[in-house]
Order: sequence, then structure tokens, then C-alpha cells
Amino acid sequence: MARAGRQQTEELTPRSARAESVREIAQGYARERGPLLEILHAVQAEHGCIAEEDVPEIADVLNLSVAEVHGTVSFYHDFRRTPAPDHQVQVCRAEACQAVGAAELWAATEERFAHREDVEVREVFCFGNCALGPSASIDGQLRGRVTIDDLATAESGWSR
Amino acid sequence: MTTVWVPADSSARAVGADAVAAALAEVEGVTVRRNGTRGMLWREPLVEVETDRGRVGYATVAPHDVPGLLEAGMLEGADHGSCIGVVDDEPWLTAQDRVSLARIGLAEPTDIHAYEAQGGWAGLRRALETDPADVVEEVVTSGLRGRGGAGFPTGVKWRTVLQAQAEQKFVACNLDEGDSGTFADRILAEADPFTLLEGMTIAAVTVGATEGYIYCRSEYPDAIARLRDAIAVAAEHGYLGDDVAGSGRSFRLQVRVGAGAYICGEETSMLESLEGRRGEVRAKPPIPALRGLWGSPTVVNNLLSFAAIPMILADGGEAYAARGVGRSRGTQIFQLAGNIARGGVYEAPLGITLRELVEDVGGGTRTGRPVRAVQVGGPLGAYLPADRLDVPMGYEELAEAGGMLGHGGLVVFDDTVDMARMARFAMEFCSVESCGKCTPCRIGSTRGVETIDRITSTPAGAEGRDQLFVLLEDLCATMTTGSLCAMGGLTPVPVRSALTHFPEDFGGSPR
Repeated sequence: MARAGRQQTEELTPRSARAESVREIAQGYARERGPLLEILHAVQAEHGCIAEEDVPEIADVLNLSVAEVHGTVSFYHDFRRTPAPDHQVQVCRAEACQAVGAAELWAATEERFAHREDVEVREVFCFGNCALGPSASIDGQLRGRVTIDDLATAESGWSR
Repeated sequence: MTTVWVPADSSARAVGADAVAAALAEVEGVTVRRNGTRGMLWREPLVEVETDRGRVGYATVAPHDVPGLLEAGMLEGADHGSCIGVVDDEPWLTAQDRVSLARIGLAEPTDIHAYEAQGGWAGLRRALETDPADVVEEVVTSGLRGRGGAGFPTGVKWRTVLQAQAEQKFVACNLDEGDSGTFADRILAEADPFTLLEGMTIAAVTVGATEGYIYCRSEYPDAIARLRDAIAVAAEHGYLGDDVAGSGRSFRLQVRVGAGAYICGEETSMLESLEGRRGEVRAKPPIPALRGLWGSPTVVNNLLSFAAIPMILADGGEAYAARGVGRSRGTQIFQLAGNIARGGVYEAPLGITLRELVEDVGGGTRTGRPVRAVQVGGPLGAYLPADRLDVPMGYEELAEAGGMLGHGGLVVFDDTVDMARMARFAMEFCSVESCGKCTPCRIGSTRGVETIDRITSTPAGAEGRDQLFVLLEDLCATMTTGSLCAMGGLTPVPVRSALTHFPEDFGGSPR
């Protein structure tokens, strides 16, 4: 609903506060070589995601087509179209972690958080912690030799 | 005051090093300093106490161990169950031939004075007073080949860029280390970033490049932060910028962050990504050495290749070439990972056998069960069975055994592994991470997953089952010969090796 509200506001005012902010970020990098990924990272850091409405603003600043910017945003796993929920659990599913039980950890993680809308579970291929797997990242903090109990301990620290 | 070292490496942090450092910082009379890892990751967090005898190590320390260790006389270097003695005398370390890793774990990673005291910048100084063509010849003499996996002679690549006529040239470091079981780039970037900076600066002043980029994957936030700090410190001390080490030459370096795409570890995808586009591979030719970043001649090397350069210049190419086997010269940083008792980074001359690495160095599996398979060279490398581990680790030697050196990573599996599942995973991974530009990789991988699923769900002897193996082999052949880059081209390698060496896991193949 908030989104629909914002779109209505946009029809009334020429440029939203978000659009101004996105343009400002883009302009800050525009003179560098190949700045698009830098801009996308910065926009996501500031606004939590790269919304549909941000794409034409960035394209305009860089003098690129909307399709080019959209193509870049949609190619990379890191770029989000909607803001992240409160908690993020990323489990490595690559071979080295599989050798020490990552498949089971992944399945258990998905099951454990399936009913929590405030938790996002994602697969990741390699944190470079391959000697101390299985690896997972909980709210951005990398953990090694992760067990289901570790996830439960982390979860118990979250308020619902 | 007693100085205590606690690694700030991200693997050490992943098993609690920050909490250990915090607990020790509370202790009166203790100064905590944060070094890089020594590479013995199975012992992290490895706490080192400075004593008259040297730095005494205590392995796998947890915060709640601290009071007991203090009680036992840890600050005097007393013996204790977790004490490994003087770390520099540790046989696992002394048996290595550390060239690129020579400085890891000894100091704070961005302590530029410590770097200099340990021989840093000697290679750069020599490069600056040597004719560029002679620097290139020194690298050619060393026999260094691309440590990122492709194995192309580094000196030959540099010569091409040196001889190219262009107003602008670039240097790009590939730090998109996405292969499972490889983490040497990360360790070195976090523990000793100046070695990379020195190697890249030598490349730049040699070929005449004035701008450089380190393309680091976003999964390595600690490495990104450390490298940015190191660049700032190096610039402040005049090793980067408009007047590199007083030579009058200019080199500016920056870190660029990827956005979660395995394929961007492929050099042309990386270039596309650096330019701000989808990381789709470029058809070669033209080669990046002639037309790389923004169409200009570009030196593109993996971090490990750049990290070998300072020593090659400081000690001479012959010294490096004196190590190794066959046409594989110098040392390799092997990464021991997966189900292994002693996981970490181990630098040794090429030619050490896979069995020595897995059994003697790595101590076999972590679970204590028999080794069944070792995947060598990343997710696109072959699975070798336990009876084929006597192969020397060299580019040609491994190729002959059906494997590849890749980036030097080893992933060990015990006898509980289901190799049909691993083969399926190889195809699945390719389907998730394919850039999508070429059909064999994009569609072939999805068909590969489906075909392996049909094989494993069809009872042995059932009608049409044999044809599924023919179909899978046909898919593998198409991907191998028809893909634009190594992703689609090599995905069949783990699949075929699993079929060849472990047919029983597929319910018995017709072969």
C-alpha cells in the first residue's frame, strides 16, 4: 500500500525525494569509469533495494538506456528489487560445504524459517570459508562449522 | 605489557576470533593486536603470545577458555592442552616453501613499516630501475603461469600489453574467487594486502598502465575493506599515486565490488562487469591484453599471479623457476578444504602429489572416515577417486590424469558422499550461474539436471535407461565443444569424472 501511495504522490510532484536521492548518488559516481555497479551498490546501501522507479533516474544521469540499466540490475544476485526483511540467513551450498553436511543444513534452514516472513533464507555459493564449513551468514555475520543449533541460538536472540 | 595476537581473518572471525580478542583485551597487562591468519585454519582462532622464546600459539581458543588459559600461565607461554609451542617452529609451517605467503599472519595487515621490514617493496624498487622489457623477461624466465586456473604464461601476457601501442593501458586483478574450495585470494588479500598492491604496481609501471582495478567479489567484505585501507596507506606513503616510489610514474588503484555472479570470475565477464554491464562473456579474440577494459590493452591476472611477482623481481626469475615440476614452475598455494582434518592454505612447489597434500598435510578426513573422492581445481574440476591420488600437482600432470590444477583448491569427501548427487549439483550450479549468452551452457545445464534426475529415478535394467546415459554424454559433448567459455565448457568434467569413477552411485551405468 505504501508503494501505491508513493506512486500517487509522484504524479503530483515532478520528482520524489527518493528520485532526488538516487540522482544525487548517481551523479556522485558519474565521472568515474564504468560507474554503474558502484551506483547500484550505493543506492541499495542507502535505500535497501533498487526499485523499479530508480532505474530510469540512474539511466538518465549516466545517459544510458533504461534497458541497459535494467539488464545490469537483473543480472546480479545481489541486487534486490524490494527491501530485505529484518533477518537474513545465507547458507553456502557449494561443494566444500556439501562435503561436511551443507545439504542437510540447507534443508533444515529452509524448513526452520519457512513460516517466518521476517526471515529471508538464501543459498550462496562460497564465502571462501571452505576449510571451516559448513558456512552460513546470519544477518551479515559469517559463521563457520555451523550447526542447526547455531541457527536456533541466533533465532532466539531475535524479537518477533 | 604482554602482546597477544588474535587473527582478524574472516575464517578466524567466523569461529569466534572477535569475541576472543575482546575477552583478552579485558585482561590487565595485555595488548591485543590483530594479525592475519597463519593459514592453519583448523586451529583458528589461533592466539599467539609474545614471549622471550618467540610467539607461542594456543589453538582453537574460545572466549570461555581465556580464564583457564591465563590461570595455566598463557601469558608466559606455559604449556597447556591447546598450546602448540612456538608457532614459527610448527612443522606444518616449516615444511612449506612460502613465497607469496611469506608474510601472512606475522603483522597487522596494513602495517606498511612491518611490510617494508619483511622485504616488501624490494621487487618494485628493482622493477623501477630496470628496463620494462627486462622486467617482462624476468617474469618469462620465472615460468609463472596464470594461477587463476588458465595457466597462461604471465610474462607472455605482459609482453603483449607492453608492446601494444595505446594512450591508455590498464591493470586488472581478478579477485572474484568464486570456486568452492578456494580461498587463497581472500587469505592473502586480508592478511598481506601490500603484496598484491606491489605486484600490481610492478605490472603497471612495466607495461605503462596508469590505472588499475581490483575486482573483488561481494562475498568478501573483509577483503574489500582491508584492500581499501591498504591502498590508502600505500598512497599516503608514496607507493601509489602520481609519483610511485619517487619514480615520477603514476599509478592509481581502486577496488570495485562485484554483485554476486560466479561467472564474473571469468576474465571477459569480469571486464564487462567492471564496465558496468551484465557479466556476459566476450568472445575471444580480441584478447584483453590488446582490447580489455574500455577497449584498451589490459593486464588481467588473478591475485595469486600478482602476488608471486614481488618475489620474482626481488630474488630473480631463476630462483622462482628453480622450483616446480615439468612446465609447472614455482610454487602454488594449495587450499585444503571440505571434509579434511587440517584445512588451510599450504604453499609448496608444484609437483607435490595430491596424496601428500590430502593425507600428510591435510591429515585425511575431518570425520575420520576413508577418503572417497577429491575434487581438484574448483567446481569445474574432476572428482578423483582415492586410488588416483598419486598424481603430481602440475598443469600437464593433472591434465593427463583427467583433472586440472585450476586455482589450486582441493575439496575432500569421505565415503558417505553420493557422487550422483555431486554430478547433479555440477549441472545445477551451472544452470544457476550461467551468464546465459550461449545455448550449450544455458540450456544444456538445465537438461543435464533433468537427465541425471531421470537416470537416478529409473531402476537399473529398465527400458530406455541406457539411452539416458547416451543423452547425458551427448549433452556433455555439446557443452564441452559448443560453450563460449570455461563455465559451460568444463561443467561436464565433474559430471563425466563422477560417471567414470563412481558408476555405482548412478545405480550402475551401462559402461
